[in-house]
Amino acid sequence: MLNRTGSLLFAGGFAFLLFVLVAGLPFGDPSMPVGHHVLDEAADVVGAANIVTSIVLAYRGIDTLGELSILFAAAMAGGLILGHPAGGAKPAPPAGFILRAGADLLFPLLIVVGLYIILHGHLTPGGGFQGGVVLAAAFVIPVLARPGQVPSHTALAVVEGLAGAAFIATGLAALYYDREFLAPLLGQGRLGALVSAGTLPILYLAVGLKVGAELAGLLIRFTEADAPPPR
Amino acid sequence: MTMAWIIVLMVVLMLASAVAALVLRNFLGAVAATSVVSLGVSVLFVLLRAPDVALTEAAVGAGLGGFLLALALQRLGLWRLEVQEAAGDAE
Repeated sequence: MLNRTGSLLFAGGFAFLLFVLVAGLPFGDPSMPVGHHVLDEAADVVGAANIVTSIVLAYRGIDTLGELSILFAAAMAGGLILGHPAGGAKPAPPAGFILRAGADLLFPLLIVVGLYIILHGHLTPGGGFQGGVVLAAAFVIPVLARPGQVPSHTALAVVEGLAGAAFIATGLAALYYDREFLAPLLGQGRLGALVSAGTLPILYLAVGLKVGAELAGLLIRFTEADAPPPR
Repeated sequence: MTMAWIIVLMVVLMLASAVAALVLRNFLGAVAATSVVSLGVSVLFVLLRAPDVALTEAAVGAGLGGFLLALALQRLGLWRLEVQEAAGDAE
């Protein structure tokens, strides 16, 4: 009980500190002109209808590459530490009817939604990271339903590696054409069309496949390593 | 005005779930409560016209985060439902 009271006290104090910080901040009063500049110019310069995407991939592409590297390192470390099968682990028992039927229903739906979010990342809210997580969920849920049938880890690793290489290769191609690293190529196209904004959809597809394969591999490793506790 | 009420509702829901995550004795329920906090944040992001961030929060915070925490519970041997506890007591 003492422990729980301590946690509640900590949470209350933390909330108070956050409130004090936030109360002193001027909201809705940005002093930086770069935001307005980007809002005015991004649609014409980059050609992506979703301005967030033009910032994430065109203006700040190398940040996204760093984000991918951090995610890769974190997933690798997590898999190394927690991904080994526990001692005496036996495969989980098959799931019940509801989870199996639900997995069969959800798998195609999640694939379509994930690919839609990735491929329309330059038009509507969404993009590679969000769609990649949805794709990963699509491949993990069948594993929960049928613990014996696991997708090949080699195939997932190959997809992840190829997608990451494609992202960097697209950036290097811009260097070949005397542009900055990861600068959008191939022209802007018509604003709002599916094929527009140059190489941005290619970059987002690479991000989506990489994130999806990475997280699916990590989560499947976790589920494999876990056995029901011997109680 | 409607928006203010939705925001108040979401904040109250999030605070209640956060306290529930601390207080609940069932670890699985606590994990579900943290997911509810993330869902509330994603609704707030939509109201603030940041649908990209809302999508990320819903997919990563509510979905993936909850799933990872649940797997960690299983790994630590803390994954217990009330039904299983009752069955364990009966043995």
